[in-house]
Amino acid sequence: MTISEKIARGGFADPVFAAQTVFRAVMDAMARPGAVHGVSTDVRPPSPLNATAAAVALTLADADTPLWLGAELARSDAVRGWLSFHTAVPFAEFISHAGFAIVANPANVQPLSGFALGTQEYPDRSTTIIMQVETLTSGAPMTLSGPGIKGSRTIAPHPMPGHFKTQWRDINGHYPRGVDLVLASENAIACLPRTTRIGEREV
Amino acid sequence: MYVAVKGGETAIRNAHRLLANRRRGDPSVPSLTLEQIAEQLALACDRVMSEGSVYDRDLAALAIKQARGDLIEAIFLLRAYRTTLPRFGYSEPVDTAAMQVERRISATYKDLPGGQMLGPTFDYTHRLLDPALAGDEEVEAPESHESDETPVVRVSDILAREGLIENDGVSESEEIGDLTRTPMEFPMNRDTRLQALSRGDEGFLLALGYSTQRGYARSHPFAGEIRIGEVDVEFDVPELGFTVTLGRIRVTECQMVNQFQGSSKAPPQFTRGYGLVFGQSERKAMAMALCDRALRATELGEDIVAAAQDEEFVISHSDNVQATGFVEHLKLPHYVDFQAELDLVRRMRAEHAARRDSDSDSDSAMPEAAE
Amino acid sequence: MADNTAGNARQERLSTLASASSAELIELWDRAGIDSACEMVRGPEIGLVALRGRIGGGGALFNFGEATVTRATVRLENGAVGHSVALGRDRRKAKLIAILDALAQDPDMESKIDAEIVGPLKESLVVRDKKRRAETAATKVDFFTMVRGED
Repeated sequence: MTISEKIARGGFADPVFAAQTVFRAVMDAMARPGAVHGVSTDVRPPSPLNATAAAVALTLADADTPLWLGAELARSDAVRGWLSFHTAVPFAEFISHAGFAIVANPANVQPLSGFALGTQEYPDRSTTIIMQVETLTSGAPMTLSGPGIKGSRTIAPHPMPGHFKTQWRDINGHYPRGVDLVLASENAIACLPRTTRIGEREV
Repeated sequence: MYVAVKGGETAIRNAHRLLANRRRGDPSVPSLTLEQIAEQLALACDRVMSEGSVYDRDLAALAIKQARGDLIEAIFLLRAYRTTLPRFGYSEPVDTAAMQVERRISATYKDLPGGQMLGPTFDYTHRLLDPALAGDEEVEAPESHESDETPVVRVSDILAREGLIENDGVSESEEIGDLTRTPMEFPMNRDTRLQALSRGDEGFLLALGYSTQRGYARSHPFAGEIRIGEVDVEFDVPELGFTVTLGRIRVTECQMVNQFQGSSKAPPQFTRGYGLVFGQSERKAMAMALCDRALRATELGEDIVAAAQDEEFVISHSDNVQATGFVEHLKLPHYVDFQAELDLVRRMRAEHAARRDSDSDSDSAMPEAAE
Repeated sequence: MADNTAGNARQERLSTLASASSAELIELWDRAGIDSACEMVRGPEIGLVALRGRIGGGGALFNFGEATVTRATVRLENGAVGHSVALGRDRRKAKLIAILDALAQDPDMESKIDAEIVGPLKESLVVRDKKRRAETAATKVDFFTMVRGED
């Protein structure tokens, strides 16, 4: 398969309805932080981009949302070409300019505070980070609380950025500025919006 | 305050049906085709495209037909349609120096390279109504003369060679402003201001431009150059890896040249105002250029003494869709609001009357003061 | 671009096709009798391109409006992928251009397409421009200075 063929294939077969379905899943997942929402999609992105992260990107990214790719993804011309063809997204050179970011290996990601956190007037001018994870349920458990969570909820994604809990608490301190996370496994997503707090196990 | 009121559905339905009927008019008169509107009311389409901020002649024609010729309503329709479309990206800047020129005049140089070409202008017509146009008389084919293919040099480039005129505008920021994406903030950069002016209401900008000529922010303008014609739209297609031409659009460009006595920020020289609008819209392009120049007062160290120099005033009120929305919203039910005002006015009147009565009571205590 | 001349030829072809009138393109397409079997990869879909100008004609960039465009991407059975983007909302035109772009990646088809479709379209555009220029040239002002006579 030529590179141009690889790039042109594997998008949503039915863009309008597929994007609506994925949008609904992301919206529900943002509204109920930490809850795992299955995403079944027909997209077939070039590796190492996973299908769920790709479907979220096709749904949300467009010509007005600079996208930053983590090192593993940025190295692949096929990934860049595929995202560019299907979303017309421009690529951000710096994480602080990114509207969206996709990270194939969260363990290697830059410090979260380096992404766009928005401003006091426009906290929405911040990065939504899509992190590809191997699992949402069998990593180290984290207890979540905050809006959209009755009492507490547990999520166990893996891999995650180093010192994630400390980083997240630091980001929480900037509220209403901050970043929002979409954790994408092969077939499901869970979200951590900036309003979510991570407690200790016993909380 | 707005309170949800139910009712009126049948009245609304019937009103829309009546509208459709009245829009069609007398059924014995043939219905207008969009081609007729696009071809024969071309300048109305140009205005709708320019202020609707979407270049699409067929859509403009449809909007004009649907709006019964109400151009601001048509502009509103086009703006509403625009919001349903995804944006694929940004064109390369159009090159007006490479324009396929259909009209080009300068009020500053008589003999300029490329010459003065009048094109299809209303200028020099006697403005006498022409009864012949009421029918469908055959029109003479236009005269043709041999012409060369050399691009027509911009007048500003000629003046620039003498060093007497400021350069083309530079931007204050790296990011290119876009008021369709980012909420307006004042003060704004010139790029965003030009975007607002380009889609601004022709009548409003015309009146403001006129005011600068009449002494409200005097700017000594000369029409350095006005050119109308077609320019290529080029677009970098990421999947191809190169730029392709998407087709052509017709635009009007106006370079206004203004005498400037100098200030603490700039030496005496000619300064410039710039106008660029869709279609053949000369009046609009000139008004835009006058307003652009007036709004550069702060940048050039001029005193702000007139409405046309007040950026927030001009830009906040130049959009006729916004203006229409806010003025026409007064038609919405304000029943509860008004009831509260009624109560208030009644109370104030009662208090006023009571005060007057007590005043006249004390007056009558002094009988000699009465009468 | 691995091969710059191929890129230029493709660029020029796509630009001519996009600028051409839809009716003329369809007529030439029909006459050429080209097989149009393909898989639609994307579109034809209608959207907008934000248009940019330069302040003063040559200065900093600014956005001055948008234009409707239609784009399409097709894939032929042999795997060739073709793209198109053109002003306006003509889905059929966008699809035909994308097919021609894909077909022209085969050298034999490329010469046929250039000879029977792109060439004539380019010629029409040249003729149209020439006619318009001549009509405009007829409205060119010839100034003559009135002689201020002492006698």
